[in-house]
Amino acid sequence: MAEQNTGDRRPTVIADDLHIVYRVNGAKTGKGSATAALSRILRRRSDDAARGVRKVHAVRGVSFVAYRGEAIGLIGSNGSGKSTLLRAIAGLLPAEKGKVYTDGQPSLLGVNAALMNDLTGERNVILGGLAMGMSREQIKERYQDIVDFSGINEKGDFITLPMRTYSSGMAARLRFSIAAAKDHDVLMIDEALATGDRKFQKRSEERIRELRKEAGTVFLVSHNNKSIRDTCNRVLWLERGELRMDGPTEEVLKEYEKFTGK
Amino acid sequence: MSETTHDGTVAVTEAAPPDEGLTAAQLAAKYGLAVSGARPSLVEYVRQLWGRRHFILAFSQAKLTAQYSQAKLGQLWQVATPLLNAAVYFFIFGLILHASRGMSRDVYIPFLVTGVFVFTFTQSSVMSGVRAISGNLGLVRALHFPRASLPVSFSLQQLQQLLFSMIVLFLVAIGFGSYPDMSWLLIVPVLALQFLFNTGLALIMARAGAKTPDLAQLMPFVMRTWMYASGVMFSIPIMLDDKPRWIATVLQWNPAAIYMDLMRFALIDGYGSENLPDHVWAVAGGWAVLFAVGGFVYFWKAEERYGRG
Repeated sequence: MAEQNTGDRRPTVIADDLHIVYRVNGAKTGKGSATAALSRILRRRSDDAARGVRKVHAVRGVSFVAYRGEAIGLIGSNGSGKSTLLRAIAGLLPAEKGKVYTDGQPSLLGVNAALMNDLTGERNVILGGLAMGMSREQIKERYQDIVDFSGINEKGDFITLPMRTYSSGMAARLRFSIAAAKDHDVLMIDEALATGDRKFQKRSEERIRELRKEAGTVFLVSHNNKSIRDTCNRVLWLERGELRMDGPTEEVLKEYEKFTGK
Repeated sequence: MSETTHDGTVAVTEAAPPDEGLTAAQLAAKYGLAVSGARPSLVEYVRQLWGRRHFILAFSQAKLTAQYSQAKLGQLWQVATPLLNAAVYFFIFGLILHASRGMSRDVYIPFLVTGVFVFTFTQSSVMSGVRAISGNLGLVRALHFPRASLPVSFSLQQLQQLLFSMIVLFLVAIGFGSYPDMSWLLIVPVLALQFLFNTGLALIMARAGAKTPDLAQLMPFVMRTWMYASGVMFSIPIMLDDKPRWIATVLQWNPAAIYMDLMRFALIDGYGSENLPDHVWAVAGGWAVLFAVGGFVYFWKAEERYGRG
């Protein structure tokens, strides 16, 4: 994979000492009672900690530069800040400190939140496409591809049924198909490969490779070391919100596997 | 523990010789990278929002359809719900409390139904506005779009809901002897102005609700107070006849009362211009522009902060 690193190294994403902090209301040491809430309001003027607002420091000072043509895997144990980091790169979570610079608009491959279970698959394809910023013409053009790719209609005319009637696997396949229909400058995938049956997984890995060719840079969050090996040429290892290691896939994965005791 | 040091990390990342020694900001400037998640200018924001108009419309229609998709009667509830609503208010205020003082039955029933429907439009726009961001954090944190799309889309959903209610309203008006004439055309500007006002209010509530989700608990009481003060089920000047004149004027100039009165004036034959306050159209337009512009700017000012949990 070294050929992608030679020649013109154009940065597409630069993270500069990035910190992300979540604030959780009313999570002070187990006291969720009304009196606790009242005292919180009365102490409005004092600092966050006294008002029972707990801070969760999810990403602590991460810096890296990603280049065009790279596919970067993000690994780390649960709660290490991988998804948060992706959202911050996409500009969806405001940074507490530090900055992220990007080339074009990075997009998260995930359209789940815009879809509605009570609507038919057909309307969800249109709604999801519009939510991702596609035009009506683009959606019309790709509609058939999306449906064919998802394989929803292989077992009958399911696309005209509400999504709540789908099995969880079918719904996940349709979601992935919609999300993968758009071309992106910087593409970020959060555990999307784990869905569907073996056949669909193969097909989606194929599609990721395609997207990677079209996109400038791909980020992939996964707990599946094999899919990281198959798709990525560089890996960032996060632990407790800090960047623990950054390097070529094999090197980092070897250390990671030693760490996790695999 | 791994023996990789922080220095080792940096060495791998910034290996490109010509860019060595540049700070992140300089590197970004050299290759024309922009800060992710920065707030666009107001003009750019309007342009982005316009670019998402198809999404806004599709989202509002989807919400509207999804509402009743599990019910056996399905979309029939779009019309049945406002009809039942009107029946309940007629039963309580018309038959039991006799709030119709000073109006004949033929005027009072369409008067009441219009009031209920028009006020519900504002009320539900406010309520869905409060939750527009805080209730859709998943969407806000997953996809990129001008956040104003959400409150605008919810107000649009309420407008479509009102258009279904208007079918009921027309039937009630005709049933009580107010037949369609030229004055019914006034419905269009009234609805347009009220929609502008509601959207502005929804934008303000959306920003407030994103910061303080507790407002969703509080707003029903505020809205109910507003409803009783706006003369939904009684005529303000007649009810306040024995009070100083200015109280009635102030109440009549409040935006909810203005839009209700204009709609009644347009629809009901027996409800003439003597029931309208002075300068009614100017006030109606003023509220609409003030809230639409003010609400939009107020919402835009916090654009980059929506989504922080």
